[in-house]
Amino acid sequence: MNELINEFTTMFSFENVRWDAVWEATYETIYMTAIATAFTFIFGIVLGIILFLASKSEVKASKPIYGITAFLVNLFRAIPFIILIILLIPFTKVLMGTIMGPNGAIPALIIGSAPFYARLVEIGLKEIDKGVIEAAESMGADTWTIIWKVLLPESMPALISGITVTAIMLVGSTAIAGVIGAGGLGNLAYMVGFTRNQSDVTLVATIVILVIVFIIQIAGDFFSKTVDKR
Amino acid sequence: MIDIRNVTKIFKTKSADIQAVDDVSMNVSQGEIFGVIGYSGAGKSTLIRLFNGLEMPSSGDVVIGEDVISSMSKPALRKKRQKVSMIFQHFNLLWSRTVAENISFPLEIAGVPKKERQKKVKELVELVGLSGREDNYPSQLSGGQKQRVGIARALSNEPKVLLCDEATSALDPETTDEVLDLLVKIRDEMNLTIVLITHEMHVIRKICDRAAVMENGRVVETGPVLKLFQNPEHSVTKRFVKDDINDEETALSFDEVRELFPTSKILKFGFVGSQSKAPIVSQVVKKYDLDLNILSGNIKRTNNESYGHLFVAIDVDDGTLQRLKAELADHDVTVEVEDQ
Ligand SMILES: Nc1ncnc2c1ncn2[C@@H]1O[C@H](COP(=O)(O)OP(=O)(O)O)[C@@H](O)[C@H]1O
Ligand SMILES: [Mg+2]
Repeated sequence: MNELINEFTTMFSFENVRWDAVWEATYETIYMTAIATAFTFIFGIVLGIILFLASKSEVKASKPIYGITAFLVNLFRAIPFIILIILLIPFTKVLMGTIMGPNGAIPALIIGSAPFYARLVEIGLKEIDKGVIEAAESMGADTWTIIWKVLLPESMPALISGITVTAIMLVGSTAIAGVIGAGGLGNLAYMVGFTRNQSDVTLVATIVILVIVFIIQIAGDFFSKTVDKR
Repeated sequence: MIDIRNVTKIFKTKSADIQAVDDVSMNVSQGEIFGVIGYSGAGKSTLIRLFNGLEMPSSGDVVIGEDVISSMSKPALRKKRQKVSMIFQHFNLLWSRTVAENISFPLEIAGVPKKERQKKVKELVELVGLSGREDNYPSQLSGGQKQRVGIARALSNEPKVLLCDEATSALDPETTDEVLDLLVKIRDEMNLTIVLITHEMHVIRKICDRAAVMENGRVVETGPVLKLFQNPEHSVTKRFVKDDINDEETALSFDEVRELFPTSKILKFGFVGSQSKAPIVSQVVKKYDLDLNILSGNIKRTNNESYGHLFVAIDVDDGTLQRLKAELADHDVTVEVEDQ
């Protein structure tokens, strides 16, 4: 019982917390999340559009394109993130010049989440009224025009709420990556909070992560509502 | 303007081949409003989608103006679609765009510069009576207003042909009439050729010059609208005409009349050109000193003429009936004896 009380006292004393280290870790988490979210947004939309167009196209080549894309998307979605990081080490080394720190985590973060987001994009695109796409075709729109002026704007609320979910998932992934040396709040919680048994540091890291997640959620809800004129 | 030659469309599905359009031929002239009517699944939508190449025929040719739609290259077809535009049952507006932006969309596709687009959009908004609503989103409009946006959008590249796929089927009767009036107005002002498909006979009656009746992918009857109404030949046409006149109840009451007046004949007087003919019937009947029971009657307007009919029960012998017929025929009133 005494032990438990001791533990709580340390936790809420914040005596071990070095705030400059917390700030640095926060910055790293935000940095990893932001960069990975940006690239996931782009790659996910590209993949999602390929999946969507290939699944409805009548052109012969579209079947294998859909098959291959869907296979890769499913494959990378199935690999647990922690294993994906390890698998990608050689690739990361070549691409980023390092496997440590925030930059070392970014390729795995993107490759882990882009396929997930691609599926959300595909679902969002499938929800677009077919009649509207057909109307654009009846006006003589080509595929590019349809992508830019119909598919993307008409699915924007879904694209935004999808990237919100994905970004929150990425915050979690940065924490996992942190444990194996990527920096950020996950790293702080593990290296300092856990290994040095300073639970107050763990608590602070947790709170900061929660704040980041809430801000992403609120911003995502706001934007997705704002663009939705339905 | 439009020439459809022996067009067939077969959809190959996993379970079976569906022949949606079966050897259809038709002509539509410049400036005409041509209607296609048929029940759900008759193949109307498929047919009209062949006109702008949204579907390609399995065999036969679709010729619009100078171009054979079925053998155009994709870029040429896209260009052609700017001149053969379409409106839809569910309007198909982009919810993400305002009224003005929706109308502007085809102009963007055609690569019209921004200044000109704005000018054109302003004109069109006025034409369809939506001034002041330019910055509204479709979700803020009523069905009729949405279809007006659809029409303005379809007109923005100054098309030669307007295709209407059940354009009024989602609207209430009053709004339907407003939209139909608008279609006539733009046909007159822009010398458009309009093809409209519908399952509602009053739409055909109100604005079409000629119409085709479809059943199971085939055109079973084509003709001037007045002729279809006065003298429908195919059973499907007859049913549509009957539904428009709505005399299911009349048929029922005929049986009652026959019971009440077993010696009477039930006659149907048909006339074109409206009210002027009605007194003639009464005069002639008086002349023969006949007792007449009016059962039902009505007058309907087509886009350029009225026609009507009157059901009566008369106690009349065959000789008098022949003379009555002849006299009324001189005044262009037809007489038919309803079957017992
Ligand atoms: N893309 C398609 N694939 C398979 N069958 C279709 C397709 N489009 C229409 N059909 C079939 O063709 C027939 C005619 O449909 P449609 O042209 O929509 O009729 P309508 O517009 O007169 O109601 C229907 O039996 C329908 O199921
Ligand atoms: Mg239809």
